[in-house]
Amino acid sequence: MDSTFVQYAWLIPVFPLLSFLVLTALGRGFRAAGPIVGIAAAAVSFVLALLVFLERLDGTKDDYTWNDWNWIEAGGFTLSMGFEITNLNALMLVIVTLVSALVNLYSAGYMSGDERKTTFFAYVSLFTFSMLGLVISSNILMLYIFWELVGLCSFLLIGFWYHKPEAKAAAKKAFIVTRIGDVGLLIGILMLFWLMPGHHLDFTMIGNAVAAGDISESAATWIALLIFVGAVGKSGQFPLHVWLPDAMEGPTPISALIHAATMVAAGVYLVARTYPIFMASPAALDTVAYIGAFTAIFAAVIAIAQNDIKRVLAYSTVSQLGYMMLALGLGTELAWAAAIFHLFTHAFFKALLFLGAGSVIHATDEQDVRKLGGLFGSMKITAVTFAIGALALSGLFPLAGFWSKDAILTQALHHGNVILFAVGVIAAFFTALYMTRLYVMVFLGKRNKGRKEAHESPWVMTLPLMILAVLSVAAGFASMPGEPWLAGWLRGVTLTEHADWLVIVLSNAAAIAGIAVGYVLFRKRSETEAGESEPAGLYRVLQNKFYIDELYQAVIAAPYRALGNVLYWFDNYVVSGAVRLVSAVFVGIGRAGVRLQNGQLQTYGLMILFGCILFIVAIAGRRFF
Amino acid sequence: MIVNLASSFLTLAAILFCLGLFGALTKRNAVIVLLSIELMLNAVNLNLIAFSKYGIAPSLTGQLFSLFTITVAAAEAAIGVAILIALFRKRGTSDVTDMNQLKR
Repeated sequence: MDSTFVQYAWLIPVFPLLSFLVLTALGRGFRAAGPIVGIAAAAVSFVLALLVFLERLDGTKDDYTWNDWNWIEAGGFTLSMGFEITNLNALMLVIVTLVSALVNLYSAGYMSGDERKTTFFAYVSLFTFSMLGLVISSNILMLYIFWELVGLCSFLLIGFWYHKPEAKAAAKKAFIVTRIGDVGLLIGILMLFWLMPGHHLDFTMIGNAVAAGDISESAATWIALLIFVGAVGKSGQFPLHVWLPDAMEGPTPISALIHAATMVAAGVYLVARTYPIFMASPAALDTVAYIGAFTAIFAAVIAIAQNDIKRVLAYSTVSQLGYMMLALGLGTELAWAAAIFHLFTHAFFKALLFLGAGSVIHATDEQDVRKLGGLFGSMKITAVTFAIGALALSGLFPLAGFWSKDAILTQALHHGNVILFAVGVIAAFFTALYMTRLYVMVFLGKRNKGRKEAHESPWVMTLPLMILAVLSVAAGFASMPGEPWLAGWLRGVTLTEHADWLVIVLSNAAAIAGIAVGYVLFRKRSETEAGESEPAGLYRVLQNKFYIDELYQAVIAAPYRALGNVLYWFDNYVVSGAVRLVSAVFVGIGRAGVRLQNGQLQTYGLMILFGCILFIVAIAGRRFF
Repeated sequence: MIVNLASSFLTLAAILFCLGLFGALTKRNAVIVLLSIELMLNAVNLNLIAFSKYGIAPSLTGQLFSLFTITVAAAEAAIGVAILIALFRKRGTSDVTDMNQLKR
């Protein structure tokens, strides 16, 4: 079969863009149009993405690149724009469009009462468009443009309820923190532009140049690290993870979109896309692996002590992204594929968990897990699907999270890195622990007194939950241990790998242990903790997220603010002062002039007299000089 | 002492001119302002006559010129007074400080 649909892959981002334009043009009117247009555009994109994906599924197709539009021609340099479809892209397109379509559908229920519903769907469409554009970009500069668009959209959506001060602050924080990463990425791109033969920025060209040794190892290290800084910002890795939990101030469907398919996946995708550069530099790979591993365990531990249902999930996202980075840092094709595999499965169960949490919030108007409880009876669909998502995240056989986490851990072990492997297993234990805590406190136990009976959400919200629950079970079978079909398909080569029973047993044991410990620890507490006493010791440290926010506030934000105040003072009193002085002088002169022009002929005459005297004195005085 | 006589005429003329100037610039009554202007004109006439008698080249030209000046001053005074009367009829005042309509 010839490549038919691939040629039209550029249409995939066009539909959400059209949806955005139409909805923006409609404005706040036509409130009914928002969901319809948004869902329709996402659904069409999904169908098209699925066709492209199925067409490439047999694994015999070459990468398709259309790169004929020359955007900039300057001297001998040509920057062309276009799109590229590889197997990786095709998979990403399916993930993004599917999650986006489901989130659109879900939002129709979740946002039904919102004043700015049309705007919301317009933003979601723009967000989807940006991410799809990022995925199919053929060169890194184009990717950067969409990368910034993704950042902008997340800013708009996190701050969607801008009347809440926390939402405004969270939006600004997300934007500024990710900007720090973006600067790294931009410098990386500039270095690439500088060093690449012929200044080519296409991904294929970059891969070829690195493979041919045109870029030295030290240069590759710098470029890779700078690109990774961008990924750290977007994907919420350790030093720059602070924005992601705060981003929970946005509407819940947006959290699902950000955490599953669009924003944070962009960072992992970026590293995966520019992987040849990382492969050329062992130092960069190690950095990626260790930062990923640290983030995985760090965020998992914090998640145990969080009391906001969405914040727990946010930290779990940070942790899971750490897993992906860990895998990417191992530097083998199989590990690379394992990271993408985890991205793939994580998209489904994390979207499921967020949408489930949204369903709970929609029904109860409550996000604090201490005040929730006993929802199993009244919200059966949400409770069951949430359980599937939680178990999948915990990595329990045979759900999706197990297969992908197993793939990563197997690679870590086979790579001979016991530390990374151990960190992965321990983080898996904590993952199971905090998910169990969350589940027990929200769905089990007794319903809190004084809380009205919760009702199951409407079908537009439960349908996406059910679809995602099925996918969370099924997605894992794309790649079995010992038979890395997905890896081979993604890389276009045949790879072999043997299954490691040690890993399978250990990861399951960690998950089961986590669940058991969580159940024992928190079953009682969910019933008694209604009147929470001040937590103490380590628990308080965890609850305050290791005081990272406070540290940044004290070390970076406060001096920066002080500097800003000094500069403001300087600007206000010195720069503006000089300007004001000049203007005051001229205003004064003007005032004096106005006084002279008083309409009194006699004053004018007096002035003429003075002038004459001045003249006479001047002429007469000349004699003496 | 021809020169001294000339300088006393000129001094008188200067005093007259200064008086006229002072009056023209300070008095509020328009009629007095007009009178002061006449005073200044007469100071000039005095100068002309003094120079025509005691100047470097004495001639009748200066005296003739002063006759012309007197004539013109008379005409000017007539017109000035006429304007003043018209203004007084129109606005009920002869105060020059009120006559700043052009500024308004």
